[in-house]
Amino acid sequence: MPELTYREAVRDALSTAMRQDEDVFIMGEDIAEMGGSMGVTAGMLDEFGKERVRNTPISEMALAGAAIGAAMQGMRPVAEIMYEDFMTLAAEQVVNQAAKLRYMSGGQLTVPVVFRTQGGAGWSPGAQHAQQLEAWFVHIPGLKVVFASTPEDVRGLLWSAIYDDNPVVFFEHRTLYPIKGNVPQEIEPIPIGRARVHRRGEDVTVIATGRLVHESLKAAEEAESEGISVEVVDPRTLQPLDEETLVSSVKKTNRAVVAHEAVTRMGFGAEVAAVLQYQAFDWLDAPIERVGAKFSPLPFAPVMEAFVVPHAEDVLAAIKRTVGKT
Amino acid sequence: MAKVEQRTSLPKGELGDVLREMLLIRRFEEKVEERFRAGELPGFLHVAIGQEASAVGVCRALEDGDVIASTHRAHGHTLAKGTHPNELMSELYGKTEGCSHGYGGSMHLYDIERGNMGANAVIGGGLPHVTGAALAFQMRGEPRVAVAFFGDGATNIGTFHEALNLAQLWTVPAVFVLEDNKWAESTPESQHSPIRDLSERARAFGMKAIKADGQDVEAVYKATRQALDHARSGKGPVFVHLDCVRFHGHYIGDPQVYRDKDEARKLAETRDPIGLLRAKLEVSDDDFAEVDAEVTEIVEAAVEFAKNGTDPAPEDALKNVYA
Repeated sequence: MPELTYREAVRDALSTAMRQDEDVFIMGEDIAEMGGSMGVTAGMLDEFGKERVRNTPISEMALAGAAIGAAMQGMRPVAEIMYEDFMTLAAEQVVNQAAKLRYMSGGQLTVPVVFRTQGGAGWSPGAQHAQQLEAWFVHIPGLKVVFASTPEDVRGLLWSAIYDDNPVVFFEHRTLYPIKGNVPQEIEPIPIGRARVHRRGEDVTVIATGRLVHESLKAAEEAESEGISVEVVDPRTLQPLDEETLVSSVKKTNRAVVAHEAVTRMGFGAEVAAVLQYQAFDWLDAPIERVGAKFSPLPFAPVMEAFVVPHAEDVLAAIKRTVGKT
Repeated sequence: MAKVEQRTSLPKGELGDVLREMLLIRRFEEKVEERFRAGELPGFLHVAIGQEASAVGVCRALEDGDVIASTHRAHGHTLAKGTHPNELMSELYGKTEGCSHGYGGSMHLYDIERGNMGANAVIGGGLPHVTGAALAFQMRGEPRVAVAFFGDGATNIGTFHEALNLAQLWTVPAVFVLEDNKWAESTPESQHSPIRDLSERARAFGMKAIKADGQDVEAVYKATRQALDHARSGKGPVFVHLDCVRFHGHYIGDPQVYRDKDEARKLAETRDPIGLLRAKLEVSDDDFAEVDAEVTEIVEAAVEFAKNGTDPAPEDALKNVYA
C-alpha cells in the first residue's frame, strides 16, 4: 500500500477524477501557478492546463456561483474556497442557491458541485483564518457535509463527493495536510454517510472529527494506560450522519464524549449528543461530555489560542469524567 | 411561443405573433393580480406589467439550447421561454402540475427542459449561475449562450459585479440583460445609484454594452440578436441595457406611496409596449379584440386547469431535498 500525505491524497483524488472525466475541473483563488495556498493543487496546472485548473479573482460569490452554474449544466466542478472563514462570503450561493435548487425546481435540477475548504487552529493566524464552521452547513437541508481526518479517508471521500449528484461542502483541516498514511493502490470510493471506527474499546466512545480524531486517539492511549478502554469513532460525513454506527457504539460502551475543534456551544457535537440521548437513553451511564473550543473568537497570541481550542488532554479529562475518575 | 429562425429583424407577420404573446403575458399577469386579490393565490407575487417587450424580445432572439436565468419578477420570462400557461398558473396555485411541481412558487419558476434555469428570489442570485453555465458551454465547445435577466436594483449587489467581472475575464458566452425600470422595490434609481447610466458598470469591466428601448419589442429583439451573435462567436459576454417601465408596484398589493400616481399613468399611456406595437402594425379595434379574446380564453383556461390541479401530499415536502 502506498503512503501519501493528506495533501497528496486530496490532490490524487482530484487528478485521478480529472484524468478520467472531462466534466471534472477545479477553480479557486491561487490554485494554478501557486498550487493553492495550502499547496494542494501544486503541479496540476502543468498536467491539466489553465482551462481545467482555473485561477479566479478574489470573488467567492462568483467562484461559488459559477461552479453552481456549471454544475447545473452538467459539469462536476470542484471549487476551492481558500479558508473556511471565506465560506461566509460564498454562503449566499451555497446556502440559498446550491442547497435549494433541486428542491425549488421540484427535482428537475441536479447540482453536482463540491466546495472544498480548509481551516483549523494551531498556527496563530488570529480570528479570520482558522475557524471551524461545519455547524453552519450541517444545518442546511440539501447540502452534504464531509470532514475527513486521514489520507485514506480524504481521498476516498473526495472521490465520492465529486461523483455525488448533490452539493457537498468538503472540509479539510490545515494541520492535517502533512500527516502521512497508507492508502489503497487504486482509489476506493468511501460512501458518504458511513462512520469509521478507528479504535475499539469497551468503556467510553469518543466521537471526534478532523484534528480531534488524532487528539482523541492520543487521549485513548493515555486512558488505556490508566485502565480505561476507549472506542474512537470518526463520523467522517457530518451530513448525512451515520447514526447507527454512533448509537451502536454507545450502546456497547454506555458512555460518550463528542469532540471537535469548533466552538462547543451550538456545535455539531450538540446534535450528536441529542441523537445519542434520544436513541441510547436507557444505555447511558453518564452525561454525554462535549469537547470543543471555548466561546470566543480565535485569539492571536499562541498561549491564548492553545487555551481556546481543545487538545488531547481535554478529551482525556472528558473521558475520565464519564467514568467518574476525575 | 415557437422558436424562430435566425433573423436580424422580425418580419411583419411574426410581429403579429409577438403582439399576441405580449398580450397573453399581460392578460396572464392581470389575472394573477385578480386571483391574488381574491385570496386564491398564496405567497408573494411580483408582476412585470409594462415590461412584456423585454421578456418576449429577448426570448424570441434565443436559439434552441440557449438558457436563461430570471428574477423574482419572472412570469413573463417564463412564458416567453416556452412554459405553458397552464403549468405556470398551476405553480402559482401550488399544484403538482406546476412548472416547479409546487416546490417553487412565483419566485422560483423552473423549466429545465425549456432552458429556464430558474427565477431567483435573491437579487442577483442567478447572475453567477449564468457565468458558470456559459463557462460549461465554452469548455465543451457548444455554441450556446446563457442569458441573465436582472433589474437596476441588482446592479448594486456583489454578485452582479463578481459575475460580470468573471464572465468578461473568461470571455464566456453570456448575455446580461438589464431591465432598467428605475425602481429597486420602492427606491428610485436616484437614491440607489450614484451614476445615471448603469451601462458604465459593464463598461468598467471592459464589457461590450448595447442600449435599447425596452418598451420597443423590435429594438429589444435586435439588440439581443446582436448580443447573442457576439457572445456565440466567442468574443465574450455582452451587457444589454433596456430602458423599461414598471407600470405597477413592486409586489401585488403595493400601494406605491413612494411614487407619483400621475407619472405611472402617463407612462402606461405613452410607453405601453403592447400599445406601441399595435399602433405600428395598425391593428384595427376588431382585430385586436379578436386576439385579446383568444389570449384571455387561454388565461381563463389556465386558471381552470390550475384550480383543478392536484395538491401535493404534505409529506411530499420531504422529497427532492437530495438527488
